[in-house]
Amino acid sequence: MPEVPQGPEIEGPAPTSARAIVWTRRRTAMSAFLRRFARSRSGMFGLFILVFFVLVALTAPFFFPRTVLDVTQATGQPFSPPSLEFPLGTDDSGVSVLALVCWGARISLLVGLAATVLSMFIGTTVGISAGHYRGFGGGALDRLTDWFLVIPYLPLAIVLATVLGRSLLNIIIVIGVTSWPGTARLIRAQTLSVEGRPYLERAKALGAGNVHQMTKHVLPNVMPLVLANTTLAVSISILSETTLSFLGLGDPDNVSWGSILEQGFASGAISQGAWWYLGAPGVCVVLVVLSFNLIGRAIEEILDPRGDAH
Amino acid sequence: MALLEFDDVSVTYRSRGADVPAVRNVSLSVDAGESLGIAGESGCGKTTLTSTVLRMQPKTARVTGEVRLDGQNVLGLSWGKVRALRWAQASVVFQGAMHALNPVQRIGDQLAEPILLHSPKTSKAKADTKVGELLEMVGLPARRAQAYPHQLSGGQKQRVMIAMALACGPRLIVADEPTTALDVMVQAQVLDVITALVKDLGVGLVFISHDLSVLSSTCDRIAVMYAGRVVEEGPAADVFDRPKHPYAGALAGAFPRIGDTRFRYAPAGLPGDPPFPGDLPSGCPFHPRCPRVEARCSATEPELLAIGDHKTACLVAQDEAVQA
Repeated sequence: MPEVPQGPEIEGPAPTSARAIVWTRRRTAMSAFLRRFARSRSGMFGLFILVFFVLVALTAPFFFPRTVLDVTQATGQPFSPPSLEFPLGTDDSGVSVLALVCWGARISLLVGLAATVLSMFIGTTVGISAGHYRGFGGGALDRLTDWFLVIPYLPLAIVLATVLGRSLLNIIIVIGVTSWPGTARLIRAQTLSVEGRPYLERAKALGAGNVHQMTKHVLPNVMPLVLANTTLAVSISILSETTLSFLGLGDPDNVSWGSILEQGFASGAISQGAWWYLGAPGVCVVLVVLSFNLIGRAIEEILDPRGDAH
Repeated sequence: MALLEFDDVSVTYRSRGADVPAVRNVSLSVDAGESLGIAGESGCGKTTLTSTVLRMQPKTARVTGEVRLDGQNVLGLSWGKVRALRWAQASVVFQGAMHALNPVQRIGDQLAEPILLHSPKTSKAKADTKVGELLEMVGLPARRAQAYPHQLSGGQKQRVMIAMALACGPRLIVADEPTTALDVMVQAQVLDVITALVKDLGVGLVFISHDLSVLSSTCDRIAVMYAGRVVEEGPAADVFDRPKHPYAGALAGAFPRIGDTRFRYAPAGLPGDPPFPGDLPSGCPFHPRCPRVEARCSATEPELLAIGDHKTACLVAQDEAVQA
């Protein structure tokens, strides 16, 4: 074998570029964040529940093939209580409630998260702009927020869902577009308080423009509020999806926790005493909402540098 | 040509339908490498006057006269030019540094902010180096750039604000009560940093304070303001040791010097409050509180006239100078 030529020996410290330093710094910041999150017991508990439901949502098709949901191929007796074959009992047509709940997790989580992202984006943008721009522009945004706030939420959502048609994307849009005004109000109030602080005056004296002031100074200061509100908004989105599906406005091709409840209610699960039919999706909604609240609280504590006194 | 010139500047606030004059016909100038102290009680117009340099006055304020920075009237500039001028040509050390720093950003990022705002193409590494240099300049280790504001003491925060004021190499620095809320030891440190920087870098300094003894040790010249007007102006030591205007005398007497027998039994302090700018007394606005008041003081408002290298706006002091 020919001898491998040796390169010139590198002397001195390892070469460091600015990029490498930035990435090292980011890695350290990330691992510090994870370490602190791991120390928060309630945060880890919430994360555990959420990961469990995400896994359930992702693996549902492997455990329960789509055909299991088909009422024409149902194997069980209607309204049979939990047993070894059907751990969460069966629904009114003999389909396993466990299979329904696992499939429902996919839609409920997807709609909940996507609608929240949309709602938070609109709410934060409108809120910060309304708080930053005084005069006509801010006033117009305020009135728009008021308008969405005073219109009863449910009729607006029903009308929108009817006009747009029943599909997964549309229900996300309907929830996102109708649930932002509360966030906008909250963010606007916080923006006004941040705008009154001397470091905003300093930023103006530095020659900062509107966009710079809003993104570099106001946004980081309202971010804990946005995050805290996101956890609430996820719960509200999941509940809204449940409500709309319960009213028959959900995507008819997909099972969600809301549509299970709707079907259970319509088929008389209450008078049949089929507690597992309504209880299973109900408990799932509660657990997911709880997990988001716990995680949000833990993240908020870590991200707020003022809580990091040492 | 002076670096900064206030030429017959008046600022009027509109408040509940009435015009309130906060600053009235002030003319002052500062050269490069020179420091001007502005003294006076709260509400006499010190901050309002200097806020016009960067056009930071509130929207309800109406400014007349001219504020020339390097010969250019800033009051007539377009908005884009004002933004470019802010910090690059004149910067401010704010009153209360504790709150002028964003609590959720690292010190280094905030120091880099003016640099990146005025030359957005600066690389991160270059900005970091500059931030380190700025911190060392005010006597803080460069690694403190990683700290958040709450991890610094009050004096350190104030020094960060001074470092920030130097970030873009301005020609003029306005220090608005930079040592208020600091204890005397830290105050001395901060003052040393400021005076050393003015001498080393040759920038112009406008130093606002109500503490005449601080001004006399920091500044070349002092202007004393009362009710929106300059009532006394002259070399710092002269104004502090031989004040002509009774108000300047009262301010100087409020800070007795230990060991100086002249202060021992001299009455210190001044009765009453400064007048509300919207409802000024007739004649000399100081006459209701003046220990040397005469009958004519309530009839005519004295002009700011030169007595030697000293200017004063007091009828009694002016007559004494003429007789002497």
